[in-house]
Formats: sequence, C-alpha cells, structure tokens
Amino acid sequence: MEPQLSWYLALSGVLFTIGVTGVIIKRNIIAMFMCIELMLNAVNLTFVAFASFFQDVTGQLFVFIVMTVAAAEAAVGLGIIIAIFRNRETLDVDDASILKL
Amino acid sequence: METNLLSIIIFAPLAGAVINWFLGRRLRNERFIGTVACGSVAVSTIVAFYLAFNSHGALRTEEPLFDHIWTWLSVGNFHADFALAMDRLSGTYALFITFVGFLIHVFAVGYMHGEDGFYRFFAFLNLFMFSMLTLVLGDNFVLMFVGWEGVGLCSYLLIGYYVDQKQAGDAAKKAFITNRIGDWGFVLGIMLTYFVTGSVSFFANPAVGEGAKTALSFFKTAGVEPFTAGAIVAGGATSIAVLLFIGAAGKSAQIPLYVWLPDAMAGPTPVSALIHAATMVTAGVYMIVRCSEIFVHAPTAMFIVAVIGAATALFAATIGLAQNDIKKVLAYSTISQLGYMFLACGVGAFIAAIFHVITHAFFKALLFLGSGSVIHGMHHEQDMRRMGGLKKYMPITFLTMCTGWLAISGIPIFAGFFSKDEILWKTWSAAGLGSFSKVLWGIGALTALLTAIYMTRMMVMTFWGTERFRETHSGHSQHEEKEQSHRPVEPHESPWLMTLPLIVLAVLSTIGGFIGVPYALANRDINVIEHTLEPVVAQMPGPVGTDHADEHTAISSGHAEISNEHAEVGEERLLAAVSVAIALIGLGIGWVVFKRRPLLEMPRILENKYYVDEIYDATLIHPIESVSRQGLWKIVDVGVIDGALHAIGDGVTELGRLARYLQAGFVRGYAAIILTGALILIGLFAWFGFPR
Repeated sequence: MEPQLSWYLALSGVLFTIGVTGVIIKRNIIAMFMCIELMLNAVNLTFVAFASFFQDVTGQLFVFIVMTVAAAEAAVGLGIIIAIFRNRETLDVDDASILKL
Repeated sequence: METNLLSIIIFAPLAGAVINWFLGRRLRNERFIGTVACGSVAVSTIVAFYLAFNSHGALRTEEPLFDHIWTWLSVGNFHADFALAMDRLSGTYALFITFVGFLIHVFAVGYMHGEDGFYRFFAFLNLFMFSMLTLVLGDNFVLMFVGWEGVGLCSYLLIGYYVDQKQAGDAAKKAFITNRIGDWGFVLGIMLTYFVTGSVSFFANPAVGEGAKTALSFFKTAGVEPFTAGAIVAGGATSIAVLLFIGAAGKSAQIPLYVWLPDAMAGPTPVSALIHAATMVTAGVYMIVRCSEIFVHAPTAMFIVAVIGAATALFAATIGLAQNDIKKVLAYSTISQLGYMFLACGVGAFIAAIFHVITHAFFKALLFLGSGSVIHGMHHEQDMRRMGGLKKYMPITFLTMCTGWLAISGIPIFAGFFSKDEILWKTWSAAGLGSFSKVLWGIGALTALLTAIYMTRMMVMTFWGTERFRETHSGHSQHEEKEQSHRPVEPHESPWLMTLPLIVLAVLSTIGGFIGVPYALANRDINVIEHTLEPVVAQMPGPVGTDHADEHTAISSGHAEISNEHAEVGEERLLAAVSVAIALIGLGIGWVVFKRRPLLEMPRILENKYYVDEIYDATLIHPIESVSRQGLWKIVDVGVIDGALHAIGDGVTELGRLARYLQAGFVRGYAAIILTGALILIGLFAWFGFPR
C-alpha cells in the first residue's frame, strides 16, 4: 500500500503534540529546547509531504528556510543557555523566572 | 510710489537690537553698544528725513510712499500684508519718532553708563524703535496691531528693566495687563472694521492691485450715524470707533485705564522720556487720527472721546499738583497732556492733536531727560523734597528745563503755547457740540492753569530755594519712602552726552511751535502743519442734510463768510490772550506759593491720587484674585483638572498591577498561554470556517 498524505500529516501531528507537551511539562531547559526543534521538524515534515502531494517545489524551499532559521536559533539559544548556566548553575527554567541576577 | 528705502527705517533699529543682543552681550563694551544703538536709529532718522523731504517726498506729494515687503496674510478676501506706507501723517510721526528717539538714545548712553544690563537696555530700546515705527508705518490695521503689541512688549521689558526691584516688576506687569484691556477693544474694533468694510487696509496700494475700497475709504460715502447711545451697539461706525478708542485709551493712558503710566516710572528715565512721554503713549492719538474718517461719521464716539479726554486732562493735572516724586509729576503731566490731545480729537481738531503730539514730544522728552539729568546728578534721588537750589550746581540742565517748563505752561513763542492754544480754540469753536463746547473749553483752560502751577511747583522745588539734599533725614514726609535710603548727596552737572540732547530739545521746544502758527496770530498764512496734514485728515461733516445747501450759500454769501471770518479771527485772538493770561496767572500762583513754602503740604486725597489704585484693588483686583484663588485654583484646578489627571493615572496603575500577573517570568507559563491562544484561534476557525 502506497503511503498516503494523511499518514505523514498524522505523524507530523503526533510529533508536534509531543513537542508542545514537552515544552510545557519539561523543566530542563535543554529538553525544552529539543522539544522546540521537534515542533519545527514536525512542521518541516508537513511541508515536504504537501510538496510531494502537490508536486510543487515551494514547500521544499520553505523547509530549507526553516532549517536555516532553526540552525541560527540553535546557536543563539545554546549561547543563552550556557550564559544562564554560568550565572545560576542550574538548568531549571523556573529558577530563571526573574531577569535580574 | 513704491520705494524699498522705507523698510530701512524700521529694520535698521531691529538690526541694532539683534547686534546688541547677541554681540553686545559678549563684548560688554559700552562704546560699541552705544554706537550700534545710536547709529541704527541715526540711519532711520536720515532715511526718514530723506523720504519725507526729497522731491517726491511723502510730505511734499499727496500720494503715499509704499513698500510692500512680503505677502503676509491672504485668506479669501482677507488681505493683510507686511507692507509699509508713508503718507503725510505717518511721515510726520516717523520724523519726530526717529529724531527724538535718536536724541534720547544719545542721552541714554550717558545716563546708563556703568549699568550691568547696558546691552540689554539698548537692545530693548532699539526693538522699541522698530515696533513703534512698524506701528506708525504699517499700511493696514493688522500690521499696526503688530507694532502696537511690540511697543507694549518693549514697554513691559523696559519698565521692568531693574529686575532686582520687585516694585519695577509689578509696575511692568500692571502696564502690560492694563494694556491688555485696551488691546481687547482694539482687536474687536479691527474685526468689526473688517466685518463692516471687508478690508483692513488704510490705503489702496496700486502696485499690489488691491481694490480701491479700503477700510477707511468705505466710510467716505457712508452717512453720519445718529448721535444716540444706541449707535454704540449698532455695529456700525460708532461701534468701531468706540472699540478703537478703548484701545487708544489703554495705550495712551486715559481714564479709566491710565493707572499704569505713573507706575511705569519705575523704569529708567530715558525709557520714561521715549516710551512713556514722547512716542508710545501718543500711539493712541495716531490711531484715532489715522481712523479719523471713521470717527467723523460717529458723533457719539467723538463725544465720548472729547469728554474722556477733557476729564483725564483735568483729573491728572490735579493729581500732578500734589506729587513729590519728580518723575511722578511728569507722568501725571503726560496723562493730562494726552487728555488734551484726545479732547482735540473729540472735537474734530485732528491736526491740532497731532501738532500737540509733536510739541509735546519735544518739551516732555526735554523735561523727562532733564529730570533724568537731575536724578543722575543727585545719585538716583527722585524725591523733590530732597532737592532744592540745584540751579547753581546744574546750570545747563536748569536752563534747558526752563524752556520745557515755559513751553508746557503755554508761554508765547514757546512750542506748547501754539499747540495748546490751537486745541483750546478749536474746542471753543467746535461745531455740533453747542454750548457744551464752552464747558469743554472751561475744563481745558482750568487744566492749563493747573499745568502752569504744578510745573512751577516742580521747578521751584527742584532748582530754587534752600539746598535740602545734604540733610540726612527727611522730617517732612508722612509716609517714609521704603526703598530709597536718604543719604546726603553732592549734586553735579551731567556729562555732555546728556546735556547735548537737552540743548537740542530745548531749542526745538522753543521754536518748534512755529510750524503751526495760526492765521489769527501771524496775520499770514504760514500754518505749515495744517497745510501738510489737511489732505490726510477727515473733515468734520457739516450738519446733516445741508450738504447741497452749503454749496449755494457758499457762492451767494461770500461776503458774509469773509465778515464771519473776521469775527472769528478776533475771537481767536481774544482766546489766545486769555490762555496767555491763564498761563501767567498759573506761573504767578506757583511762584508766589511755592517759592515761599516749597514743602507746602498738599491735600492728602491728591497726594494719594484720589485712591483710585485702592478702589481698583478693592473692586476689581481683589474679587478677581479671590475668585481665582478660592474658585478657579482650589476647586477647578485642584479638584477638576488635577482630579481628572490623578484618576487617569491611578486607573492606569491599577490596570498595570492586574496585568503584572501575566508576566510571572515562567517560560513554561508563556508557552501555555501561547498554546491556549493558538488552540482558541484554531477552534474559532474550525467553528466558523475560514473566511473566503
């Protein structure tokens, strides 16, 4: 049986939900970060699925842009995480609830 | 004729003011500042004389000179440009303003020597010259109003020149606020003029191509309004004239708005001479004569002007009788003489009014500068009870002031005699007032008597008698002057920079009257000023309805007219003799009474100026102040305005306090909010469908 569009979309929905749930329930900042990446990739999956379905390359182009932004975001995000860790010696986001040191 | 030279007259003093304000304040060099100030006014003077007297000069042709500098206001049918016009009237004014102004500037260089604010003083003085000349040369009501306000501002700045004296600041505020009342009338008058005539211009400038209808020519064809009180509120010529007169009464210190002028003496003496005697305070007279076309069509307004003028003349003269401050005497004298000018305007003798403005500018500037010289020589002592016997110490000041004294008292050959006599004669013979003109003449003659008396008192107290300035304590004053400490002083004559203007003005006060010698006295037709100004001043219209009849009778009864004129000449000579007699009697009374007892106590009510200031305080200022303090401040400002602002502020604070709960700082909370929002949006789309 040929893989259907709906399979991809369902997988993407599952991945996205896992990501959202992870961001909300996880306290470890690295884990939250990984969940965000998961959500991004769920969206990427949707894009390529539709691109293939509609035989339109635009969706694949979008994926490249998303990956580029995600890479940049990862660099900045990890930088922030390291800075926070140096200052507070913890990776718990709830401990970083105030901006003041 | 169009000429760009006119703008130099007004802009030269402005340039002087700017240079002194920006450069003079840095250099702090009195020679530089004085040269710039006097030089700029000298340029104005030379240009004014050239434009007035060259072969196409304003005083020699009937067509005014124009200088259209720029288009200023042009909205629909409303045109008010920054444009100057010099006709015979404004030319005459420009001449004496620049010339007397120049002399006073020179005097001031000597008088203000060593003052801290030397540059400031001359910058303001030059700015005043600019404003005054704009007022006079402006070719429409609106530009005239700009100058009008400009001189008011400079008056305020210069009265309050001594910034460290509270009394000077109060006097400046009083002058400014009192003038606001007058300006209110003036502005309404301008608006009503535009409303009625559709124009605010005085002249139809051919170069600009305005219509021939101007604010003044409109009335040439209009009928004379009835002589009733109702005409004042009818919205025609009478209403305009009354409103304009309110403006004139403020600027020219007439009852009931005169109270600021005596207090204005808190400024330096050259300011009193220039602004509060010679030029600015005569702006009201200028405005009325400029608008004479409106006034002659409004007999009710003319009557008001005449009555107020006569009342002011007498009222101020009686107060002047009892003042002990040398400048206060001159201040009340100025008010009184201004009253004369308005009396002349009110009886239709506009030329006599202008004539008196000119001679008054000479002799009153002379008297003020002379008093300045005395004050300078006495080390800033102004109380005449502390003077006496000064003629030995200040001979030049004494002699020059004597000519001013004789001129203002109305002694023949001196300038004041001719102008004052002209006014009294025109009042006596005024048509249309009936026997009331004799009453007005009586008031004028009584004022002339009082003038001679109080001027003699001033001269005697200052220059004759015992030398009282060495006494350390003045035992005669009931209410001790608060500010000035009475220390013994040694008087000295002033430097030549101050005495030279005095001498020039003394010569002018002596011979200045010969420009207006009436036919009756000279037996020849040499009345220069009348011939000069006749074309620009409106004539009193004859009795209503007899315009046509007049022409017939003029032709048929030529003989009768000539014999009539003979009778008039005889009457005029008789009246002149009467006024000379009055002046001599006044001098005699003053001399006999005050030579013997220079410190004679005057009636308290006169010394305290009829308690007018106190009455104003009680009836106007105090109620307004309590309403402002109790009502406007404590209820409206604190309660309503501040209350509303505080309510808004408190509301925002409260809202912020609630919104703060959203910003707890927990990242996962934010994520949950975002998720909730996204779910709500998706839910909405799912429920309602996508918009197409």
